[in-house]
Amino acid sequence: MEYLSLFVKSIFVDNMIFAYFLGMCSYLAVSKNVKTANGLGIAVICVLLITLPVNYWLNKFVLQPGALSWLGPRFENVDLSFLSFILFIAVIAAIVQVVEMVVEKFLPSLYSSLGIFLPLIAVNCAILGGSLFMQQREFANAGEAVVYALGSGVGWYLAIVALAAIREKLAYSNVPAALKGIGITFITVGLMGIAFMAFMGISL
Amino acid sequence: MKLKETILNPIFKGNPITVLILGICSSLAVTVEMKGALVMALSVTIVTGLSSLICSLLRKTIPNRVRIIIQLVVVALMVILVDQFLKSFEATYPIDKQLSVYIGLIITNCIVMGRIEAFALGNKPIPSLLDGLANGVGYGLILIIVAFFRELLGSGTLFGIPVLSKLGYVNNGLMILPPMALILIGCIIWVQRSIQKDLQEK
Repeated sequence: MEYLSLFVKSIFVDNMIFAYFLGMCSYLAVSKNVKTANGLGIAVICVLLITLPVNYWLNKFVLQPGALSWLGPRFENVDLSFLSFILFIAVIAAIVQVVEMVVEKFLPSLYSSLGIFLPLIAVNCAILGGSLFMQQREFANAGEAVVYALGSGVGWYLAIVALAAIREKLAYSNVPAALKGIGITFITVGLMGIAFMAFMGISL
Repeated sequence: MKLKETILNPIFKGNPITVLILGICSSLAVTVEMKGALVMALSVTIVTGLSSLICSLLRKTIPNRVRIIIQLVVVALMVILVDQFLKSFEATYPIDKQLSVYIGLIITNCIVMGRIEAFALGNKPIPSLLDGLANGVGYGLILIIVAFFRELLGSGTLFGIPVLSKLGYVNNGLMILPPMALILIGCIIWVQRSIQKDLQEK
């Protein structure tokens, strides 16, 4: 039950886009049509699902204050948490590289449809942000980290597909010249965000 | 003349947020108050400037295939320095816990990587440093404009000092909520593109 509430919460209440603005750059750049948005959304879910548990264990057994105690009593007071940024981003970059190679070898059709998005995910804030929030919230076990990864990935996916659908329609509407393109997109995302605020009152 | 352009271009005509649409993530989340926005603006300026300088110094030795990883390591090192610096002042100047996550997210801030890729890898160290700093300033400018309106209209204060609330102003809670940052940036883009007609999209 706890997992379910965490899952729902990370999709709607703590939505990566509308509550924390993570992964905004690619969100705005790649939401011109539904098909590519779909591909990027799925790629983000996959990478989050792999990187979060790895970073969870890395945090638990290497980075946390006192995490190295399994090496012996001498290491009980070691605090490596200042290294977390560099290790997290290294893990993410490495995993994205591996995922890219695996997908290219075994699923060539998916690879060609994802195209440039896979390598770009390494610098998507949503992925690093997921790891940093995971560290900040101190999840009790790896299961929670996986559920959180799935939930926030699905939330990101829903947000980008919804925006892409709206933008496809917006292309035909009469917008003031100076607001065309990116300006109206910002305002649309803002309005979508206000709609998502409705979930904030739900306590799970 | 060229140096002057390098410095002035990112601040208005080629502003990283409103024209290039880079680094949006952090610009929205930290603009609830002026203080957070100012800290973030300074951090990004320093990280962009220094990592552009270092990558420009290394540009002839970095193999093309692994350049992204090397850039990430350089940027992550700079961010760790800034983060540790801010943490050392935590006792006297406490920083919001939320902000600390966004300081870490400077690593994946597209402005930093974008300037290294687009400018620092092809130019000499000094112009690269200036380009990085100027882009940081352009970014910070938008951050401070957004934070000014959000704090003034949302809490009636500026830097925590009551301004409007003394005049009997009732706070508009909507300005504190994240979506208003998006709408404000949309409006800034609107104003800028009304002035600079050549930026308008067809």
